[in-house]
Amino acid sequence: MSSPTTAKAPTMRSADERRLPWYHLIYTGLAGLVVAIAVLAIVDALSVASAILLGFVLHLLFGWAYSLLREGPRWAMDRLVTLLIIGAFAIAMFPLVSLLWEVVSRGMTRVLAAKPTPFAFWTTDMSGIIGGADAGGVFHAIAGTLLITLWASIISIPVGLFTAIFLVEYADQGWKRTLGRGVTFLVDVMTGIPSIVAGLFGLALFIAFMPDQSVRMGIMGAVALSLLMIPTVVRNSEEMLRLVPMDLREASYALGVPKWLTIVKVVLRTAIAGLTTGVTLAIARVIGETAPLLLTVGMVTSINWNMFDGRMATLPTFINQQYRNGNANCMNETVTNPINQEVYACSVTTNIDRAWAAAFTLIVIVMVLNIVARLISHYFSPKLSR
Amino acid sequence: MAAPQPINVEDLNIYYGDFLAVEGVTVQIRPRSVTALIGPSGCGKSTFLRTLNRMHEVIPGAYAEGKVEIDGQDIYDQRVDPVNVRRRVGMVFQKANPFPTMSIRDNVLAGVKLNNRRISKSAADDLAENALRGANLWNEVKDRLDKPGMGLSGGQQQRLCIARTIAVKPDVVLMDEPCSALDPISTLAIEDLIHELKEEYTIVIVTHNMQQASRVSDRTGFFNIAGTGKPGHLIEIDDTEKMFTNPENSQTEDYISGRFG
Amino acid sequence: MSTTDVAPDAPPSAPDPWQNSRRRFGDSLFSYLSIGSGLLIFVTLAAVAIFLTSESMPAILASQEFSGTADFSLVDTTLPLVFGTVLAAAIALIIAIPIAVGIALFISHFAPRRLAAGLGYMIDLLAAVPSVVYGLWGGIWLVPKLEPLYVFLNTYLGWIPFFGGDPTAPMRNLASASVVLAVMVLPIITAVSREVFLQTPRLQEEAALALGATRWETIRTVVLPFGRGGVVAASMLGLGRALGETMAVLMILAPGATFSLHILEVGRHQSIAANIASKQAEAAGVDMSLLIFTGLVLFVLTFIINAIARWIVARSGPKA
Repeated sequence: MSSPTTAKAPTMRSADERRLPWYHLIYTGLAGLVVAIAVLAIVDALSVASAILLGFVLHLLFGWAYSLLREGPRWAMDRLVTLLIIGAFAIAMFPLVSLLWEVVSRGMTRVLAAKPTPFAFWTTDMSGIIGGADAGGVFHAIAGTLLITLWASIISIPVGLFTAIFLVEYADQGWKRTLGRGVTFLVDVMTGIPSIVAGLFGLALFIAFMPDQSVRMGIMGAVALSLLMIPTVVRNSEEMLRLVPMDLREASYALGVPKWLTIVKVVLRTAIAGLTTGVTLAIARVIGETAPLLLTVGMVTSINWNMFDGRMATLPTFINQQYRNGNANCMNETVTNPINQEVYACSVTTNIDRAWAAAFTLIVIVMVLNIVARLISHYFSPKLSR
Repeated sequence: MAAPQPINVEDLNIYYGDFLAVEGVTVQIRPRSVTALIGPSGCGKSTFLRTLNRMHEVIPGAYAEGKVEIDGQDIYDQRVDPVNVRRRVGMVFQKANPFPTMSIRDNVLAGVKLNNRRISKSAADDLAENALRGANLWNEVKDRLDKPGMGLSGGQQQRLCIARTIAVKPDVVLMDEPCSALDPISTLAIEDLIHELKEEYTIVIVTHNMQQASRVSDRTGFFNIAGTGKPGHLIEIDDTEKMFTNPENSQTEDYISGRFG
Repeated sequence: MSTTDVAPDAPPSAPDPWQNSRRRFGDSLFSYLSIGSGLLIFVTLAAVAIFLTSESMPAILASQEFSGTADFSLVDTTLPLVFGTVLAAAIALIIAIPIAVGIALFISHFAPRRLAAGLGYMIDLLAAVPSVVYGLWGGIWLVPKLEPLYVFLNTYLGWIPFFGGDPTAPMRNLASASVVLAVMVLPIITAVSREVFLQTPRLQEEAALALGATRWETIRTVVLPFGRGGVVAASMLGLGRALGETMAVLMILAPGATFSLHILEVGRHQSIAANIASKQAEAAGVDMSLLIFTGLVLFVLTFIINAIARWIVARSGPKA
């Protein structure tokens, strides 16, 4: 086994390519940072962001040059790429951290400092709230979001689940197999439908049959969301059903259990945790959809429980609306509703604050759904193999 | 109860799609006895076994032609529901496959519960106990009937699967290499069990292990194939003692004496 | 003939223990429901195509191209929007792909294994954030932060057409929208690329390392060639998402309808999706029909992109 190459390689490396310990990266990093700060201080553009940015670029250079001198060109290249890749990761973390921080700090503040009482933001709606008033809440939008998502789920989950069952349990031979291929392809196409197109479909479908072209109602939004939700449910469920071992189906058939009972009581029962997780993630995905709802359900200031009549508020469209309203005009310390003479404190940033608070609310809902999904799959999955 | 009748198989051809896997099997399987099927890998003995309770057709594209008579009824008759065939012809698989979501007790009662059949608690308890006793597992699990079936050892799991099968009260029990994944002690336990079970059930067992066939069976059938891609045939079936000492067919002799396979 | 030998547990209602039509009812019901759901998918997509087409017919028929008299033209309305959509998505991809590949490599080959799962989860978290929240964050927080960068690019690199023009604050320009789009497609591209990189044959990688290759050389010679198809497909999926994204563009971009390449200039571009969202509230009749027509164009555009992505995935499929 002692070929000339293997015998020679270690000698080559120890002579020409001495590897440096990793902590030399810290030295070069610090050098980069110090030089960056110095340069920026001289040109009078020193800030944390610019120092880190320039420091990183300089570190690339220093680290590479240092490694080139001490380790040779191949390892210098390796070091450069390692630094670049870590940099890419840091860049990606940056928006995530900043976004979560902004939403939590600005949104939670507003939720906690809501007037008249903390959390009133979640229990009041926007009726009677006039421009600039530092009050109002999203109760109607939360209710709308939950209602529309519920209806979307009522439509999507059975269709999606049965489609997945069809693909896994029935589409195995003959014309059903061909149909199954077609369905798989179309589910892929559906996955790629832009959300705004789903909204247009919901709109076009209803205005084609309704005399009133300006009709908007909750069920239209639910239909539009279903278009986005069904493919997710199908794909997640299909994956889970395929994980159920063929063994268990055979064991059930061999006991004289008909196919449909085998599916219900063995396949679905075994996959239930995975299915629940998949469905929860699908719900989490559509609950934040905005564009389809802009087109199909519009916006109102107070609660509407009726899915089949009139516009509804939802959290995502509420965020968008408040954001569009921008800063309010405050002539005085307070504003007065001319109709019911209610007096509110006036705040220039009230609309934007409400947008952040609603975003915080939405993120909390989405994250709770995601965490629930993960917990379900973690704790309730049967152990399939030992 | 009427005197048990043999299983009559006539001219059975078994297919996977276009591929003819087993050709022209004609055999009579005696009731209340153990019939072992041996042969080299891929000879179609497991495939044949699965046609005896119409489990073969569960595989996409698979079907069988010919006649299999159980209790005088051709189970491949148009009007016969395979589900009912499987209730009377139970099956134990190569790898123990208890239902992972069920307790030991529920696994035994699976045939009842999965079929939505109503049964009183005391009847269920009796059924579970009898089946577990029948599978020689009662003493080992009677204190933990509500624990998951997956928690048992491999051999116990396999006996649990046997208990589950006999709880449905079939006439025939098919076993597809039931011991191939087990250690020698668990294998012995199952072989003892097979001896007891043949008092009540017609047993057909596929095995790779010729010693096992000679130990447990009354009659032995030998399957063989002429080559890859060719259909398997039932070469010979006879009393086990005769098969292992003085087979008629030279292929059987070669196989049993270890010249191939 | 076999009725004399009824099994003790056979249902009393069935005269012949071998047959049982009651059981078959459950089976056929289930089978019909499943097949019906599969067919419903066909019907739904057909309905999408049919309703979008039928509802955009009034605009098509009334347009200059068809009637010769109307004061609006399908091409003149749609093309700038297509241009804006494609440009924004393309820039987003140019930003996102290198970063996403870097992250995917980091998670699959650089990070310690125990850390990798957590990091992957962090990236997936980015995908779970609703687009409207990205829009809010981008519009309020990110846009002012990007201003110094734009001024720098415009001042020193203004001779490159993309950075030319006359950017004015607030920087509600195409570049800002693209940056947010990039953040949104990042998790998609990362997730798919990571999967592909992890599928690199272990033996080949170890062979390269055993021959004394550095980690980068291993990645360049083994991992990247293996994962190229996957990265391209992932990028196409990201492109599909970026093309169809509404909120980030709607909430950040100040719209315009030109073919300008000056991505730092404000009020020059608009995307199809954002245009539909901003105009739908006031639109009715032919105007609405025109919006639906642009939606149809977007549908076809994303369909083609996704079809190409699927084709690449299928072609470079599971080799491992």
